[in-house]
Amino acid sequence: MDVNERKPVVVVDDVHVEYKVYASGKAYRPNAKTRVRKTRGLRVVHALKGVSFVAYENESIGVIGTNGSGKSTLMRAMVGLTPPSAGGVYASSRPNLLGVGAALLPELSGERNIVLGGLALGFHKDEITELRDHIVEFSELKDFIDLPMRTYSSGMQARLKFAIAASKQHDILIVDEALSVGDKRFRQRSEDRIREIRDNAGTVFLVSHSMGSIRDTCDRVIWLEKGELVMDGPTEEVVDTYEATR
Amino acid sequence: MNRIELADQYGLRRVGARPGVWSYLKQTWERRDFISTMAMYRMSVENQQNRLGAFWLILRPALNALIYGVIFGVLQGNNRPAEYTAYVVIGVFMFSFFSGCFGQGAKAITGNRGLVQSLSFPRLSLPLATVVEEFLSLLLSMVAMFAILIFAGHYPTWKWLLLIPLLLLYSMFNTGVALVTARLTVHFRDLTQILPVISRLLFYTSGVLFDVSKIFKSHPWVIQLYDWHPVYQVLVIARYSLMSDSATEVNLTYNPMFWAYLSGWAVVALVIGFLFFWSAEERYGRE
Repeated sequence: MDVNERKPVVVVDDVHVEYKVYASGKAYRPNAKTRVRKTRGLRVVHALKGVSFVAYENESIGVIGTNGSGKSTLMRAMVGLTPPSAGGVYASSRPNLLGVGAALLPELSGERNIVLGGLALGFHKDEITELRDHIVEFSELKDFIDLPMRTYSSGMQARLKFAIAASKQHDILIVDEALSVGDKRFRQRSEDRIREIRDNAGTVFLVSHSMGSIRDTCDRVIWLEKGELVMDGPTEEVVDTYEATR
Repeated sequence: MNRIELADQYGLRRVGARPGVWSYLKQTWERRDFISTMAMYRMSVENQQNRLGAFWLILRPALNALIYGVIFGVLQGNNRPAEYTAYVVIGVFMFSFFSGCFGQGAKAITGNRGLVQSLSFPRLSLPLATVVEEFLSLLLSMVAMFAILIFAGHYPTWKWLLLIPLLLLYSMFNTGVALVTARLTVHFRDLTQILPVISRLLFYTSGVLFDVSKIFKSHPWVIQLYDWHPVYQVLVIARYSLMSDSATEVNLTYNPMFWAYLSGWAVVALVIGFLFFWSAEERYGRE
């Protein structure tokens, strides 16, 4: 495909991210306005060292690399959660990051989380009823949907969160290892959903350690190592090289 | 062509730039169902583990009023305000709206990390949901307040309707307060420890339990200072409109100009609170 014909949706331009960390464990966020005093204990962790790439419409891009290679930092920089210390990220619309982590509203039932999540995403009240059945079905949590979300296992929480977030057609969706806690069946169906989003003119980033998921869903792969971009190209090529180095 | 030019050509915008004021307000308005639903769910979940459930929304301020009323009633002796029961009940019930917005507003962002980090939506909706929740509990507890007032011999008059514009101004003021505390606790988590202390301090200095003009009779400048105290003004107006004319003595501190002062406070607090909260929109959820 001719590169010039495709519409770029995300441009990552020479992004650097530095974390200033006290060796004692007290962290300074890079965006903190307070001047950092020169202390012997202060260490600068260069998490991303000039990463650049352009992502186009209808692409699903896998992001791979060992632990601590900067994958999650890059994803967080792409949604604006971690501001780059140099360079910049440009996007056609604000990307959505779906990561592992806390329940949405732990005290509320799964059903109420669906309603509130849907409303927060901008769905109309009338659409929610239909949406709810769809999400319950997709997450396969029918028997537990009236229980508080804090009682869910991490896999169940991830399933519900993915189901809520994926109910909307996103322009840019980033899935950061959120599928790795789900079981095989669920992973299969979420991969299908990711392909669906991509086919509807969305762009999906998938961070994963499962080369199987990456091969199945992605047509392009970015390989990060120690904050640098090692390789960027077609899935087969990059994954084969990556696996050969291990 | 370099990457920045490419981004420019296709109209890509820098990630993390906050939306303008109007589009931010518009996005928030589109989330109005989210705000009201969130407020309602939170109200029901807060009391569902108690046997008496939502009844606590009435019982809690009533018990507070009883305890404070008795203690301060004894301590004040002859300096007690006239129509003491009604005086304290109105003070405690009305003040709880402010302290609720002040204290719960501080948790609006920090207490909803999971939601903030998973879904993108205008964060303004969260403190607004808190204010709506506090407003609904005020309305509910006001049923009890009216009952006590009638029991104490203050029957409804047309003046009770003054409560409607008063609540409007009070809500505007409290929204501004909630927006400020919501952002401040994001930056300084330590504030969650100090805010309850400040809230308590305001409780004791807002004339909830005593008549300012009586207690500070010998220090007129302190009384003048209270002309600048928005929560005090709310309480005075509320008492003026709810307590029937028998309590002329109480109404002495009422000054029609309080409406003007309070309106000023309400607008200023709301505008400053909104701008203060909005200008950090990109930073919520980072911690």
